[in-house]
Amino acid sequence: MITFDNVTKIYRGQRKPALRDVSLEIGAGEFVFLVGRSGSGKSTCLRLMMREYRPTKGTVLIDNQDVGKLPGWRIPKLRRQIGVVFQDFRLLPGKTVFENVAYALQVIGRPGREIRTRVPEALDLVGLESLSDRMPDELSGGEQQRVAIARAFVNRPKILIADEPTGDLDPESSVGIMKLLDRINRTNTTVVMATHDQSIVDQMRKRVIELADGDVVRDQGRGVYGHAS
Amino acid sequence: MRHIWSETWTGLRRNGAITASIIVTMWVSLTLLGAGLLLNQQVSLMKGSWYDQIEISVFLCNTETVGENCTPGRDVTEDERTVIKQTLDSNPEVAEVFHETKEEAYREFRRTNEDSPILDSVTVDQMQESFRVKLVNPEEYQTVVAKVAGLPGVENIQDLRQWLDPLFRLMFMIQVGAWVTSGLLLLAAMLQIGTTIRMVAFARRRELAIMRLVGAGNGFIMMPMLLQILIASLIGALLAAVTLVTGVYLLITRNSEPSSQTSALIGWDETLFALGGLAIVAVVLSILPTLLATRRYLRV
Repeated sequence: MITFDNVTKIYRGQRKPALRDVSLEIGAGEFVFLVGRSGSGKSTCLRLMMREYRPTKGTVLIDNQDVGKLPGWRIPKLRRQIGVVFQDFRLLPGKTVFENVAYALQVIGRPGREIRTRVPEALDLVGLESLSDRMPDELSGGEQQRVAIARAFVNRPKILIADEPTGDLDPESSVGIMKLLDRINRTNTTVVMATHDQSIVDQMRKRVIELADGDVVRDQGRGVYGHAS
Repeated sequence: MRHIWSETWTGLRRNGAITASIIVTMWVSLTLLGAGLLLNQQVSLMKGSWYDQIEISVFLCNTETVGENCTPGRDVTEDERTVIKQTLDSNPEVAEVFHETKEEAYREFRRTNEDSPILDSVTVDQMQESFRVKLVNPEEYQTVVAKVAGLPGVENIQDLRQWLDPLFRLMFMIQVGAWVTSGLLLLAAMLQIGTTIRMVAFARRRELAIMRLVGAGNGFIMMPMLLQILIASLIGALLAAVTLVTGVYLLITRNSEPSSQTSALIGWDETLFALGGLAIVAVVLSILPTLLATRRYLRV
Protein backbone atom coordinates (compact mmCIF):
# COMPACT_ATOMS: atom_id res chain seq x y z
CA MET A 1 0.00 0.00 0.00
CA ILE A 2 2.84 2.40 0.93
CA THR A 3 6.35 2.00 -0.48
CA PHE A 4 9.39 4.20 0.16
CA ASP A 5 12.19 3.35 -2.24
CA ASN A 6 15.54 4.96 -1.31
CA VAL A 7 13.81 8.16 -0.34
CA THR A 8 15.89 11.18 0.63
CA LYS A 9 14.32 14.50 1.57
CA ILE A 10 16.36 17.65 1.99
CA TYR A 11 14.35 20.77 2.81
CA ARG A 12 15.13 23.95 0.91
CA GLY A 13 17.86 25.98 2.55
CA GLN A 14 19.05 23.05 4.64
CA ARG A 15 22.06 20.86 4.06
CA LYS A 16 21.25 18.01 6.40
CA PRO A 17 18.66 15.59 5.01
CA ALA A 18 15.45 15.13 6.99
CA LEU A 19 15.25 11.61 5.56
CA ARG A 20 18.24 9.70 4.23
CA ASP A 21 17.87 6.89 1.73
CA VAL A 22 14.83 5.40 3.46
CA SER A 23 13.26 2.25 2.06
CA LEU A 24 10.22 0.64 3.61
CA GLU A 25 7.10 -1.20 2.65
CA ILE A 26 3.76 -1.06 4.45
CA GLY A 27 1.12 -3.52 3.30
CA ALA A 28 -2.63 -3.01 3.01
CA GLY A 29 -4.39 -3.34 6.37
CA GLU A 30 -1.20 -3.02 8.43
CA PHE A 31 -0.91 -1.00 11.62
CA VAL A 32 2.47 0.68 11.92
CA PHE A 33 3.96 2.93 14.58
CA LEU A 34 6.59 5.46 13.50
CA VAL A 35 8.72 6.28 16.52
CA GLY A 36 11.78 8.40 17.13
CA ARG A 37 12.79 11.67 18.72
CA SER A 38 11.58 15.04 17.54
CA GLY A 39 13.33 15.86 14.27
CA SER A 40 14.03 12.21 13.50
CA GLY A 41 11.97 12.38 10.28
CA LYS A 42 8.59 10.93 11.34
CA SER A 43 6.54 13.92 10.21
CA THR A 44 8.53 14.19 6.99
CA CYS A 45 7.61 10.56 6.25
CA LEU A 46 3.92 11.31 6.80
CA ARG A 47 4.02 14.48 4.71
CA LEU A 48 5.65 12.68 1.83
CA MET A 49 2.83 10.12 1.94
CA MET A 50 0.25 12.93 1.79
CA ARG A 51 2.24 14.55 -1.00
CA GLU A 52 2.69 17.78 0.93
CA TYR A 53 6.28 17.51 -0.29
CA ARG A 54 8.06 15.68 -3.07
CA PRO A 55 11.05 13.52 -2.22
CA THR A 56 14.42 15.00 -3.18
CA LYS A 57 15.54 11.53 -4.32
CA GLY A 58 13.84 8.15 -4.58
CA THR A 59 10.17 7.30 -5.02
CA VAL A 60 7.13 7.20 -2.75
CA LEU A 61 4.39 4.89 -3.97
CA ILE A 62 0.88 5.02 -2.54
CA ASP A 63 -1.36 2.26 -3.84
CA ASN A 64 1.13 1.82 -6.72
CA GLN A 65 1.05 5.52 -7.67
CA ASP A 66 4.33 7.44 -7.71
CA VAL A 67 3.15 10.44 -5.71
CA GLY A 68 6.31 12.46 -6.43
CA LYS A 69 5.38 12.51 -10.11
CA LEU A 70 1.71 13.26 -9.52
CA PRO A 71 0.62 16.47 -11.27
CA GLY A 72 -0.96 19.14 -9.04
CA TRP A 73 -4.50 18.53 -10.25
CA ARG A 74 -4.36 14.83 -9.23
CA ILE A 75 -3.25 15.50 -5.64
CA PRO A 76 -6.83 15.99 -4.30
CA LYS A 77 -7.73 12.52 -5.63
CA LEU A 78 -4.76 11.01 -3.78
CA ARG A 79 -5.71 12.76 -0.56
CA ARG A 80 -9.24 11.39 -0.72
CA GLN A 81 -7.67 7.97 -0.21
CA ILE A 82 -5.84 9.14 2.91
CA GLY A 83 -7.43 10.27 6.17
CA VAL A 84 -5.29 12.39 8.47
CA VAL A 85 -5.50 13.04 12.21
CA PHE A 86 -3.31 15.55 14.09
CA GLN A 87 -2.30 16.11 17.69
CA ASP A 88 -4.20 19.44 17.81
CA PHE A 89 -7.45 17.98 16.30
CA ARG A 90 -7.84 20.88 13.81
CA LEU A 91 -11.62 21.14 14.09
CA LEU A 92 -13.47 24.20 12.83
CA PRO A 93 -14.60 26.09 15.95
CA GLY A 94 -17.68 27.65 14.33
CA LYS A 95 -19.18 24.33 13.22
CA THR A 96 -20.97 21.63 15.19
CA VAL A 97 -19.62 18.09 15.49
CA PHE A 98 -21.91 16.98 12.67
CA GLU A 99 -20.92 19.92 10.46
CA ASN A 100 -17.21 19.34 11.08
CA VAL A 101 -17.49 15.77 9.87
CA ALA A 102 -19.86 16.68 7.04
CA TYR A 103 -17.42 19.39 5.87
CA ALA A 104 -14.97 16.72 4.68
CA LEU A 105 -17.63 15.36 2.34
CA GLN A 106 -19.09 18.73 1.31
CA VAL A 107 -15.79 20.13 0.08
CA ILE A 108 -15.19 17.14 -2.17
CA GLY A 109 -18.63 17.67 -3.65
CA ARG A 110 -20.50 14.67 -2.22
CA PRO A 111 -24.29 14.89 -2.50
CA GLY A 112 -26.40 15.84 0.53
CA ARG A 113 -28.11 12.43 0.63
CA GLU A 114 -24.77 10.68 1.04
CA ILE A 115 -23.66 13.17 3.70
CA ARG A 116 -26.83 12.57 5.72
CA THR A 117 -26.18 8.82 5.89
CA ARG A 118 -22.39 8.72 6.13
CA VAL A 119 -21.84 11.33 8.84
CA PRO A 120 -24.07 9.59 11.46
CA GLU A 121 -22.35 6.30 10.59
CA ALA A 122 -18.92 7.83 11.20
CA LEU A 123 -20.07 9.47 14.43
CA ASP A 124 -21.56 6.18 15.54
CA LEU A 125 -18.23 4.45 14.88
CA VAL A 126 -16.40 6.90 17.14
CA GLY A 127 -19.20 6.79 19.75
CA LEU A 128 -20.29 10.43 19.44
CA GLU A 129 -23.64 10.21 17.69
CA SER A 130 -25.40 11.71 20.71
CA LEU A 131 -23.09 14.75 20.66
CA SER A 132 -23.52 15.64 17.00
CA ASP A 133 -25.10 19.05 17.76
CA ARG A 134 -22.36 20.16 20.17
CA MET A 135 -19.70 22.70 19.34
CA PRO A 136 -16.05 21.55 19.55
CA ASP A 137 -15.32 23.74 22.60
CA GLU A 138 -18.04 21.90 24.52
CA LEU A 139 -16.17 18.60 24.16
CA SER A 140 -13.25 17.06 26.04
CA GLY A 141 -9.90 16.59 24.28
CA GLY A 142 -10.57 12.91 23.76
CA GLU A 143 -13.99 13.63 22.26
CA GLN A 144 -12.55 16.27 19.96
CA GLN A 145 -9.97 13.79 18.71
CA ARG A 146 -12.78 11.31 18.06
CA VAL A 147 -14.51 13.94 15.94
CA ALA A 148 -11.27 14.45 14.04
CA ILE A 149 -11.01 10.69 13.47
CA ALA A 150 -14.64 10.56 12.30
CA ARG A 151 -13.83 13.37 9.83
CA ALA A 152 -10.71 11.53 8.61
CA PHE A 153 -12.61 8.27 8.21
CA VAL A 154 -15.98 9.46 6.89
CA ASN A 155 -14.78 9.20 3.29
CA ARG A 156 -13.61 5.62 3.92
CA PRO A 157 -9.93 6.16 3.05
CA LYS A 158 -7.58 3.26 2.39
CA ILE A 159 -4.95 4.79 4.65
CA LEU A 160 -5.29 6.63 7.95
CA ILE A 161 -2.32 8.74 8.98
CA ALA A 162 -2.18 9.86 12.61
CA ASP A 163 0.47 12.34 13.70
CA GLU A 164 0.79 12.13 17.50
CA PRO A 165 -2.99 11.71 17.96
CA THR A 166 -2.67 11.11 21.71
CA GLY A 167 -0.07 13.80 22.31
CA ASP A 168 -2.50 16.19 24.00
CA LEU A 169 -4.64 13.58 25.77
CA ASP A 170 -4.73 12.03 29.22
CA PRO A 171 -3.88 8.30 29.44
CA GLU A 172 -7.50 7.20 29.67
CA SER A 173 -8.56 9.13 26.58
CA SER A 174 -5.44 7.93 24.78
CA VAL A 175 -6.43 4.32 25.35
CA GLY A 176 -9.89 5.08 23.95
CA ILE A 177 -8.38 6.66 20.85
CA MET A 178 -6.06 3.69 20.33
CA LYS A 179 -8.98 1.26 20.61
CA LEU A 180 -10.76 3.31 17.99
CA LEU A 181 -7.77 3.31 15.64
CA ASP A 182 -7.48 -0.44 16.14
CA ARG A 183 -11.13 -0.84 15.18
CA ILE A 184 -10.61 1.23 12.07
CA ASN A 185 -7.55 -0.88 11.23
CA ARG A 186 -9.74 -4.01 11.44
CA THR A 187 -11.82 -2.63 8.55
CA ASN A 188 -8.67 -3.29 6.44
CA THR A 189 -7.64 0.36 6.63
CA THR A 190 -3.88 0.83 6.76
CA VAL A 191 -2.98 2.90 9.83
CA VAL A 192 0.33 4.73 10.14
CA MET A 193 0.80 6.51 13.44
CA ALA A 194 3.71 8.68 14.52
CA THR A 195 4.00 8.79 18.29
CA HIS A 196 6.15 9.48 21.33
CA ASP A 197 3.79 7.56 23.61
CA GLN A 198 5.82 4.64 24.88
CA SER A 199 3.07 2.93 26.88
CA ILE A 200 0.72 2.83 23.93
CA VAL A 201 3.30 1.34 21.59
CA ASP A 202 4.29 -1.19 24.20
CA GLN A 203 0.67 -2.21 24.84
CA MET A 204 -0.43 -2.51 21.23
CA ARG A 205 2.49 -4.67 20.07
CA LYS A 206 2.23 -3.67 16.42
CA ARG A 207 4.93 -3.15 13.83
CA VAL A 208 7.34 -0.40 14.90
CA ILE A 209 9.57 1.60 12.54
CA GLU A 210 12.10 3.69 14.41
CA LEU A 211 13.76 6.69 12.82
CA ALA A 212 16.85 8.52 14.07
CA ASP A 213 18.34 11.52 12.27
CA GLY A 214 16.54 10.65 9.05
CA ASP A 215 17.58 6.98 8.99
CA VAL A 216 15.44 3.90 9.65
CA VAL A 217 17.25 2.30 12.56
CA ARG A 218 14.71 -0.39 13.39
CA ASP A 219 11.79 -2.08 11.66
CA GLN A 220 10.26 -4.64 13.97
CA GLY A 221 7.02 -6.65 13.86
CA ARG A 222 5.02 -6.72 17.15
CA GLY A 223 7.58 -4.29 18.52
CA VAL A 224 7.86 -2.00 21.52
CA TYR A 225 8.88 1.63 21.86
CA GLY A 226 12.45 1.07 23.09
CA HIS A 227 15.08 -1.28 21.74
CA ALA A 228 14.12 -4.29 23.85
CA SER A 229 12.23 -6.97 21.94
CA MET B 1 -22.74 23.46 -5.94
CA ARG B 2 -24.92 24.36 -2.96
CA HIS B 3 -21.87 24.31 -0.74
CA ILE B 4 -20.01 26.66 -3.12
CA TRP B 5 -22.91 29.13 -3.11
CA SER B 6 -23.26 29.03 0.66
CA GLU B 7 -19.49 29.60 1.03
CA THR B 8 -19.73 32.48 -1.46
CA TRP B 9 -22.58 34.07 0.46
CA THR B 10 -20.80 33.63 3.80
CA GLY B 11 -17.67 35.18 2.28
CA LEU B 12 -19.60 38.18 0.97
CA ARG B 13 -21.14 38.80 4.39
CA ARG B 14 -17.93 38.21 6.30
CA ASN B 15 -15.90 40.55 4.11
CA GLY B 16 -18.60 43.19 3.72
CA ALA B 17 -16.32 46.23 3.97
CA ILE B 18 -13.72 44.95 1.54
CA THR B 19 -16.45 43.81 -0.88
CA ALA B 20 -17.93 47.31 -0.69
CA SER B 21 -14.55 48.88 -1.45
CA ILE B 22 -14.11 46.64 -4.52
CA ILE B 23 -17.61 47.62 -5.66
CA VAL B 24 -16.88 51.34 -5.29
CA THR B 25 -13.49 51.17 -7.02
CA MET B 26 -14.98 49.16 -9.86
CA TRP B 27 -17.94 51.53 -10.09
CA VAL B 28 -15.84 54.69 -10.42
CA SER B 29 -13.20 53.20 -12.71
CA LEU B 30 -15.71 51.53 -15.01
CA THR B 31 -17.79 54.71 -15.17
CA LEU B 32 -14.71 56.61 -16.32
CA LEU B 33 -13.86 53.87 -18.79
CA GLY B 34 -17.41 53.93 -20.16
CA ALA B 35 -17.39 57.73 -20.35
CA GLY B 36 -14.13 57.53 -22.31
CA LEU B 37 -15.69 55.03 -24.69
CA LEU B 38 -18.78 57.22 -25.18
CA LEU B 39 -16.65 60.30 -25.79
CA ASN B 40 -14.56 58.38 -28.30
CA GLN B 41 -17.68 57.36 -30.18
CA GLN B 42 -19.04 60.90 -29.98
CA VAL B 43 -15.87 62.30 -31.54
CA SER B 44 -15.85 59.80 -34.41
CA LEU B 45 -19.53 60.41 -35.01
CA MET B 46 -19.01 64.17 -35.11
CA LYS B 47 -15.95 63.86 -37.31
CA GLY B 48 -17.86 61.58 -39.68
CA SER B 49 -20.88 63.79 -40.08
CA TRP B 50 -19.22 67.19 -39.95
CA TYR B 51 -16.24 66.35 -42.11
CA ASP B 52 -18.69 65.00 -44.69
CA GLN B 53 -20.59 68.25 -44.81
CA ILE B 54 -17.63 70.56 -44.62
CA GLU B 55 -16.10 72.00 -47.70
CA ILE B 56 -13.36 74.54 -47.98
CA SER B 57 -14.56 77.97 -49.07
CA VAL B 58 -11.99 80.01 -51.00
CA PHE B 59 -13.26 83.61 -50.89
CA LEU B 60 -12.11 85.88 -53.69
CA CYS B 61 -11.34 89.59 -53.49
CA ASN B 62 -14.01 92.21 -54.21
CA THR B 63 -13.93 95.97 -54.20
CA GLU B 64 -14.25 96.17 -50.44
CA THR B 65 -11.81 93.50 -49.35
CA VAL B 66 -8.29 94.18 -48.16
CA GLY B 67 -5.48 91.72 -47.81
CA GLU B 68 -2.08 90.70 -49.16
CA ASN B 69 -3.47 89.10 -52.31
CA CYS B 70 -6.12 91.71 -53.09
CA THR B 71 -5.71 94.95 -54.96
CA PRO B 72 -7.72 97.54 -53.02
CA GLY B 73 -10.88 98.73 -54.78
CA ARG B 74 -10.79 96.02 -57.42
CA ASP B 75 -12.57 92.71 -57.91
CA VAL B 76 -10.62 89.55 -58.64
CA THR B 77 -9.60 89.53 -62.30
CA GLU B 78 -10.59 86.92 -64.85
CA ASP B 79 -6.98 85.67 -65.06
CA GLU B 80 -6.60 85.39 -61.30
CA ARG B 81 -9.86 83.45 -61.08
CA THR B 82 -8.71 81.06 -63.82
CA VAL B 83 -5.38 80.41 -62.08
CA ILE B 84 -7.14 79.72 -58.78
CA LYS B 85 -9.62 77.38 -60.48
CA GLN B 86 -6.86 75.55 -62.34
CA THR B 87 -4.80 75.19 -59.15
CA LEU B 88 -7.77 73.66 -57.39
CA ASP B 89 -8.76 71.42 -60.31
CA SER B 90 -5.26 70.04 -60.73
CA ASN B 91 -4.94 69.11 -57.04
CA PRO B 92 -5.46 65.34 -56.62
CA GLU B 93 -6.92 65.90 -53.15
CA VAL B 94 -9.77 67.95 -54.62
CA ALA B 95 -12.88 66.00 -55.51
CA GLU B 96 -15.14 68.74 -56.76
CA VAL B 97 -15.03 72.53 -57.26
CA PHE B 98 -18.14 74.63 -57.35
CA HIS B 99 -17.99 78.31 -58.28
CA GLU B 100 -20.37 80.57 -56.34
CA THR B 101 -20.88 83.95 -57.98
CA LYS B 102 -21.74 87.20 -56.18
CA GLU B 103 -25.35 86.82 -57.29
CA GLU B 104 -25.60 83.32 -55.97
CA ALA B 105 -23.98 84.39 -52.71
CA TYR B 106 -26.50 87.23 -52.45
CA ARG B 107 -29.44 84.87 -53.02
CA GLU B 108 -28.10 82.46 -50.40
CA PHE B 109 -27.61 85.37 -48.00
CA ARG B 110 -31.18 86.55 -48.47
CA ARG B 111 -32.48 83.03 -48.00
CA THR B 112 -30.59 82.38 -44.78
CA ASN B 113 -31.13 85.88 -43.31
CA GLU B 114 -34.77 86.34 -44.23
CA ASP B 115 -35.71 88.13 -41.02
CA SER B 116 -32.54 90.14 -40.61
CA PRO B 117 -32.98 93.95 -40.34
CA ILE B 118 -29.78 94.55 -42.35
CA LEU B 119 -31.12 92.58 -45.32
CA ASP B 120 -32.17 95.66 -47.29
CA SER B 121 -28.86 97.47 -46.85
CA VAL B 122 -26.81 94.65 -48.34
CA THR B 123 -26.05 94.82 -52.06
CA VAL B 124 -24.86 92.24 -54.56
CA ASP B 125 -21.51 94.00 -54.87
CA GLN B 126 -20.78 93.62 -51.22
CA MET B 127 -21.01 89.84 -51.63
CA GLN B 128 -17.87 87.81 -52.27
CA GLU B 129 -17.65 85.25 -54.96
CA SER B 130 -16.02 81.99 -53.90
CA PHE B 131 -14.95 78.48 -54.80
CA ARG B 132 -16.57 75.77 -52.71
CA VAL B 133 -14.22 72.81 -52.66
CA LYS B 134 -15.03 69.19 -51.75
CA LEU B 135 -12.06 67.06 -50.79
CA VAL B 136 -11.23 63.46 -51.55
CA ASN B 137 -9.96 62.97 -47.99
CA PRO B 138 -11.22 65.67 -45.59
CA GLU B 139 -8.28 65.03 -43.25
CA GLU B 140 -5.92 66.38 -45.95
CA TYR B 141 -7.37 69.89 -46.04
CA GLN B 142 -4.12 71.55 -44.96
CA THR B 143 -2.27 70.71 -48.19
CA VAL B 144 -5.11 72.08 -50.33
CA VAL B 145 -5.29 75.26 -48.27
CA ALA B 146 -1.52 75.77 -48.56
CA LYS B 147 -1.65 75.53 -52.37
CA VAL B 148 -4.22 78.31 -52.91
CA ALA B 149 -3.76 80.53 -49.86
CA GLY B 150 -1.04 82.68 -51.43
CA LEU B 151 -2.54 83.08 -54.90
CA PRO B 152 -3.42 86.62 -56.07
CA GLY B 153 -7.15 87.27 -55.85
CA VAL B 154 -7.69 84.99 -52.84
CA GLU B 155 -8.94 87.06 -49.93
CA ASN B 156 -9.16 84.29 -47.41
CA ILE B 157 -9.92 80.63 -46.99
CA GLN B 158 -12.49 79.45 -44.59
CA ASP B 159 -12.42 76.00 -43.24
CA LEU B 160 -14.53 74.86 -40.34
CA ARG B 161 -11.89 72.38 -39.39
CA GLN B 162 -9.80 75.22 -38.06
CA TRP B 163 -12.48 75.64 -35.43
CA LEU B 164 -13.37 72.00 -35.04
CA ASP B 165 -9.88 70.60 -34.63
CA PRO B 166 -9.15 72.30 -31.30
CA LEU B 167 -12.52 71.04 -30.07
CA PHE B 168 -11.73 67.51 -31.17
CA ARG B 169 -8.30 67.80 -29.59
CA LEU B 170 -9.85 68.88 -26.32
CA MET B 171 -12.34 66.02 -26.44
CA PHE B 172 -9.51 63.62 -27.23
CA MET B 173 -7.56 64.89 -24.25
CA ILE B 174 -10.55 64.50 -21.94
CA GLN B 175 -11.03 61.00 -23.30
CA VAL B 176 -7.37 60.07 -22.74
CA GLY B 177 -7.57 61.60 -19.26
CA ALA B 178 -10.64 59.51 -18.47
CA TRP B 179 -8.92 56.36 -19.71
CA VAL B 180 -5.68 56.99 -17.84
CA THR B 181 -7.58 57.65 -14.59
CA SER B 182 -9.77 54.64 -15.21
CA GLY B 183 -6.69 52.51 -15.96
CA LEU B 184 -5.04 53.56 -12.71
CA LEU B 185 -8.22 52.87 -10.75
CA LEU B 186 -8.63 49.48 -12.40
CA LEU B 187 -5.04 48.66 -11.51
CA ALA B 188 -5.86 49.64 -7.92
CA ALA B 189 -8.95 47.40 -8.08
CA MET B 190 -6.84 44.48 -9.28
CA LEU B 191 -4.31 44.95 -6.49
CA GLN B 192 -7.19 45.26 -4.05
CA ILE B 193 -8.60 41.95 -5.27
CA GLY B 194 -5.20 40.29 -4.85
CA THR B 195 -4.84 41.66 -1.32
CA THR B 196 -8.39 40.63 -0.44
CA ILE B 197 -7.72 37.06 -1.47
CA ARG B 198 -4.50 37.05 0.50
CA MET B 199 -6.33 38.30 3.60
CA VAL B 200 -9.18 35.85 3.18
CA ALA B 201 -6.69 33.01 2.68
CA PHE B 202 -5.02 34.02 5.94
CA ALA B 203 -8.27 34.44 7.86
CA ARG B 204 -9.53 31.07 6.64
CA ARG B 205 -6.26 29.19 6.86
CA ARG B 206 -7.72 26.50 9.15
CA GLU B 207 -10.58 25.75 6.79
CA LEU B 208 -8.30 25.84 3.78
CA ALA B 209 -5.84 23.48 5.47
CA ILE B 210 -8.69 21.06 6.18
CA MET B 211 -10.01 21.39 2.64
CA ARG B 212 -6.60 20.50 1.25
CA LEU B 213 -6.25 17.66 3.72
CA VAL B 214 -9.50 15.96 2.80
CA GLY B 215 -8.83 16.32 -0.91
CA ALA B 216 -10.92 19.30 -1.99
CA GLY B 217 -9.92 20.22 -5.54
CA ASN B 218 -8.36 23.54 -6.47
CA GLY B 219 -11.53 24.54 -8.29
CA PHE B 220 -13.64 23.85 -5.24
CA ILE B 221 -11.35 25.90 -2.99
CA MET B 222 -11.12 28.73 -5.51
CA MET B 223 -14.70 28.92 -6.77
CA PRO B 224 -16.33 30.71 -3.79
CA MET B 225 -13.54 33.29 -3.88
CA LEU B 226 -13.90 33.78 -7.61
CA LEU B 227 -17.66 34.14 -7.32
CA GLN B 228 -17.35 36.69 -4.50
CA ILE B 229 -15.00 38.87 -6.54
CA LEU B 230 -17.08 38.41 -9.67
CA ILE B 231 -20.28 39.40 -7.87
CA ALA B 232 -18.60 42.50 -6.39
CA SER B 233 -17.23 43.48 -9.81
CA LEU B 234 -20.52 42.94 -11.55
CA ILE B 235 -22.33 45.07 -8.96
CA GLY B 236 -19.68 47.75 -9.61
CA ALA B 237 -20.26 47.36 -13.37
CA LEU B 238 -24.03 47.56 -12.89
CA LEU B 239 -23.70 50.80 -10.90
CA ALA B 240 -21.36 52.18 -13.57
CA ALA B 241 -23.93 51.22 -16.23
CA VAL B 242 -26.71 52.98 -14.32
CA THR B 243 -24.50 56.07 -13.92
CA LEU B 244 -23.66 56.15 -17.62
CA VAL B 245 -27.24 55.57 -18.77
CA THR B 246 -28.43 58.32 -16.44
CA GLY B 247 -25.68 60.60 -17.75
CA VAL B 248 -26.53 59.89 -21.39
CA TYR B 249 -30.23 60.47 -20.68
CA LEU B 250 -29.73 63.72 -18.77
CA LEU B 251 -27.00 65.24 -20.93
CA ILE B 252 -27.87 63.98 -24.39
CA THR B 253 -31.23 62.33 -24.90
CA ARG B 254 -33.26 64.81 -22.85
CA ASN B 255 -31.44 68.09 -23.47
CA SER B 256 -29.72 68.03 -26.80
CA GLU B 257 -31.86 66.07 -29.19
CA PRO B 258 -34.69 68.56 -29.77
CA SER B 259 -32.30 71.43 -30.39
CA SER B 260 -29.78 69.73 -32.62
CA GLN B 261 -31.45 67.87 -35.42
CA THR B 262 -28.49 68.23 -37.69
CA SER B 263 -25.49 67.49 -35.51
CA ALA B 264 -24.68 63.89 -34.74
CA LEU B 265 -24.96 62.78 -31.14
CA ILE B 266 -24.48 59.39 -29.61
CA GLY B 267 -27.59 57.49 -28.64
CA TRP B 268 -28.59 54.23 -27.00
CA ASP B 269 -26.76 52.05 -29.56
CA GLU B 270 -23.44 53.65 -28.66
CA THR B 271 -24.30 53.49 -24.95
CA LEU B 272 -25.07 49.79 -25.24
CA PHE B 273 -21.73 49.25 -26.96
CA ALA B 274 -19.92 51.08 -24.14
CA LEU B 275 -21.82 49.08 -21.49
CA GLY B 276 -20.87 45.83 -23.23
CA GLY B 277 -17.25 46.96 -23.23
CA LEU B 278 -17.21 47.71 -19.56
CA ALA B 279 -18.98 44.45 -18.68
CA ILE B 280 -16.22 42.54 -20.48
CA VAL B 281 -13.53 44.60 -18.74
CA ALA B 282 -15.21 44.00 -15.37
CA VAL B 283 -15.30 40.24 -15.86
CA VAL B 284 -11.75 39.96 -17.21
CA LEU B 285 -10.29 42.25 -14.56
CA SER B 286 -11.92 40.34 -11.75
CA ILE B 287 -11.12 36.85 -13.01
CA LEU B 288 -7.48 37.56 -13.89
CA PRO B 289 -6.19 38.77 -10.49
CA THR B 290 -8.38 36.21 -8.70
CA LEU B 291 -6.82 33.36 -10.65
CA LEU B 292 -3.31 34.71 -10.10
CA ALA B 293 -3.85 35.34 -6.39
CA THR B 294 -5.63 32.04 -5.70
CA ARG B 295 -2.87 30.15 -7.49
CA ARG B 296 -0.42 31.84 -5.21
CA TYR B 297 -2.21 31.83 -1.87
CA LEU B 298 -4.64 28.93 -2.08
CA ARG B 299 -2.50 26.24 -3.62
CA VAL B 300 -3.35 22.60 -2.83
